[in-house]
Amino acid sequence: MTTTSSGTAKVTLPADNQILITREFNAPRHLVWRAYTEPELIKRWWAGDMGTVTSVDVDLRVGGTWRYVMEPAPGVEVAFHGEYREIDAPGRLVNTEAFEGIPEPDENAALCTLSLAEKDGRTYLELLVEHRDQAGRDAHVNSGMEGGMQQAYDRLEQVAASLA
Amino acid sequence: MARAATTTDAFNAVAEPRRREILDLLAQRERPVNDLVELLGLAQPQVSKHLRVLREVGLVQVRDQGRQRLYRLNAEPLRTIHDWLSKYEQAWSARFDLMDTVLADLAEEDDHDNHK
Repeated sequence: MTTTSSGTAKVTLPADNQILITREFNAPRHLVWRAYTEPELIKRWWAGDMGTVTSVDVDLRVGGTWRYVMEPAPGVEVAFHGEYREIDAPGRLVNTEAFEGIPEPDENAALCTLSLAEKDGRTYLELLVEHRDQAGRDAHVNSGMEGGMQQAYDRLEQVAASLA
Repeated sequence: MARAATTTDAFNAVAEPRRREILDLLAQRERPVNDLVELLGLAQPQVSKHLRVLREVGLVQVRDQGRQRLYRLNAEPLRTIHDWLSKYEQAWSARFDLMDTVLADLAEEDDHDNHK
């Protein structure tokens, strides 16, 4: 078995309202599918280096909902939720994604299409995130990622202020 | 990252497809406005308007050569966009690196099951 090539996720902006994330995995796609859809497995990777995952709810059926919560700092919660629109295991998953940290999260939800293709035991992942407009996309990149960190910093600042 | 709603930063300047085309053309070489008008198939006032926006955010610089004004690309402001994307990319890379570990464990389970 070849060693795991921890590749780099590639992010491109194919259109004003889109973000495309691609990554290759040294594993067959039925395993990537499991890692992507099973709560206990999602908990192990979804927060990345941004914190810990405190809650994962998955109701994997069309029309079913999901909700993930991460804690970038003690007492700070960053949550996302959405609804499953298409499920075609282990190759395709379409769901909405709303960031709960913005006003009217559901009206501003993105549509995410996950495609997993397998070749020679390796999996090619493509995740297309489509927003209603460019502003939504930009807000996503900023709030979804930096927002969590920003809240964590704000929280730290509060703690520091209370100690002074 | 607070963002201005007007065309005052590189993000907004490159959001317009025609302006991205202009940047692509200027990346090849310095060009007079007539060149851009011809290559883009746009009317000169439109091209001039796009060039003004690009100049305002510093993506395009201009110099006079005889009777011609020559426009050229200044890629420096694109760094903001690159930095912004890099952060997002790093976040996803960190997630997927962890997923590699999960997948390695799952593969081991699979192997184990197959050899029962």
